[in-house]
Amino acid sequence: MVQRQLEPTRWTLLKSSYSPSVTRSKPILPDGLVVIVKEECATCQMVAPLLPLLTDATVYTQDNPDFPAHVDAISDADLAISWHHDIETVPTVIRVVDGVEVERTIGWHRDSWRDITGIADLGEDLPVMRPGCGSMSVDPDKVDMLRAKYAGDRLKSRRIELADLDDEMEVLFDRGLTDGLPVTAPTEERVLRMLEGTRRDASDVVAIVPPDLVEVTVEKIAINAVMAGCKPEYLPWVIASLEAICNDEFNVHGVLATTMPVGPVIICNGPGTRAIGMNSGVNVLGQGNRANLTIGRAVQLVVRNVGGGRPGEVDRAAHGNPGKLSFCFAEDEIGSPFTSLAASRGVGPGSNAVTVFAGEGPRCIVDQLARDPDQLANSFAACLRTVHHPKLPLGFDVVLIVGPEHARVFAEAGWDRDRLLAELHDRLQLAGADIVRGAHGMAEGVQDTFKDLTLPKFRDGGILLVHAGGGAGLFSAMIGGWANGSTGSTPVTRLVGT
Amino acid sequence: MAHGTTPKSPSLYGVGVARLLLDPTSERSVIERTRLDRPSSIDGKVIGLLDISKPRGNVFLDRIEDRLTAAGATVKRYKKPTFTKPAPVDLRHEIATQCHLVIEALAD
Repeated sequence: MVQRQLEPTRWTLLKSSYSPSVTRSKPILPDGLVVIVKEECATCQMVAPLLPLLTDATVYTQDNPDFPAHVDAISDADLAISWHHDIETVPTVIRVVDGVEVERTIGWHRDSWRDITGIADLGEDLPVMRPGCGSMSVDPDKVDMLRAKYAGDRLKSRRIELADLDDEMEVLFDRGLTDGLPVTAPTEERVLRMLEGTRRDASDVVAIVPPDLVEVTVEKIAINAVMAGCKPEYLPWVIASLEAICNDEFNVHGVLATTMPVGPVIICNGPGTRAIGMNSGVNVLGQGNRANLTIGRAVQLVVRNVGGGRPGEVDRAAHGNPGKLSFCFAEDEIGSPFTSLAASRGVGPGSNAVTVFAGEGPRCIVDQLARDPDQLANSFAACLRTVHHPKLPLGFDVVLIVGPEHARVFAEAGWDRDRLLAELHDRLQLAGADIVRGAHGMAEGVQDTFKDLTLPKFRDGGILLVHAGGGAGLFSAMIGGWANGSTGSTPVTRLVGT
Repeated sequence: MAHGTTPKSPSLYGVGVARLLLDPTSERSVIERTRLDRPSSIDGKVIGLLDISKPRGNVFLDRIEDRLTAAGATVKRYKKPTFTKPAPVDLRHEIATQCHLVIEALAD
């Protein structure tokens, strides 16, 4: 069924100028000394008796407005001063000249306080040093709301106001903004938190997304990453994946529009995969790992929501495959006897990279008996020959995911990546007479002019070898590709930024 | 409060503040263009036939060309480099400036 976005009758669409009555610009501090404290902090209580001595000081208090005693403190209960002036620790003392901060000290350091106040014997009876406490403006329970309140205008996207009785999950379904599974509601708090995952500016344009060929900004990616369920540290991987698919080489327009069952398969390499907790082991292509599943899902949500690529519209897949919800995994580099996929594609050691491949769903290669590399390579070749059709050569690439138990067979015989690939190519030379149209009772095949030639199943570089999977099981997996090369899609590798 | 909503902190937001979501779409406004009227006759018209480079598209287009030529039209043939990508902008411009009508062949 064709899904269309509903007209916004139930919705109030607000332009990005929405602003509750809060101060989003940075308030100017009064000249002289500014001290920020909270009663809950023992160090603040320790220095409180000193504050009446600071005659040019303005004191802001975060919690109890009557604290400190004997000082006419200003309440910072809404934490506007603390937020806008990046107060991470209390007490903080700032010297302000002509409205500009010129010096700051945090916690209690007697010499620093004496320097900033100009009072040579200040705190003679106090210890030399006491660390301060966390500012309420960086309290993990408050920071998301404060960011939305005071930095929400960073976000330029249109606001959608929910009616009182709207269930946000149902509303997002009704609007056609999901992939068929529930999404996380993209609130200002969540999107701003997501943007903390990258150093890139929210307004940076990352790519032109087909099929509508519209610019996608970091902010729009962050919104869709929230919906997909990503953590902020996944965002650079989502951005890199979108850079990798939105170009003429990978041709995500064609990958989307084709009647074949393919979508972007994202293979992640580098130490960052382990830092963000990606799975490269047991059930590597399956469910259960948040990073694997949500990075791939976010990429697909951007294609759907920003690019306008929806099933039944520009997406014309006859069958599709479940991986079009999300298909993203990490290579097991630590346990691999092979150089990694990224290294084989020119990525230096220690770098993080994504490689995107237009692929169908994975299929298992079983060989539980082979214990020498020749026999196992024979099994691999026999299975690889069937990609899309055993009589179709050269037109499709493949990802070959060698499982650890199979990899061990090759490693023990001294076969490295290049050797294994060369052996497979040798075994995948197809006699023309076997693959011409009509041969073996099958109409599919190559034209009769090739009957006296030998054609390779895969073009040079057409097998992308990856090491991944659980440590038990004499299995590997393969992912068939789509029309390859300049007429279709070429695998693309991109470094992951920060 | 409706079920499934995001809890808010009354101390920071206050009661009755709207729940807002950010629009994940391109926020693009689609410009609708009306099609040209169908010509009452193709006699004397220049008709472009665009082969999208799918196998056997030429078989279909050869037959169409015969029929159109017999009906008095002038036929011009064009071909996309690959069926997997949109037609290059230069090709679209060429067809638009040289033809009155265009037929695109989807075949297999």
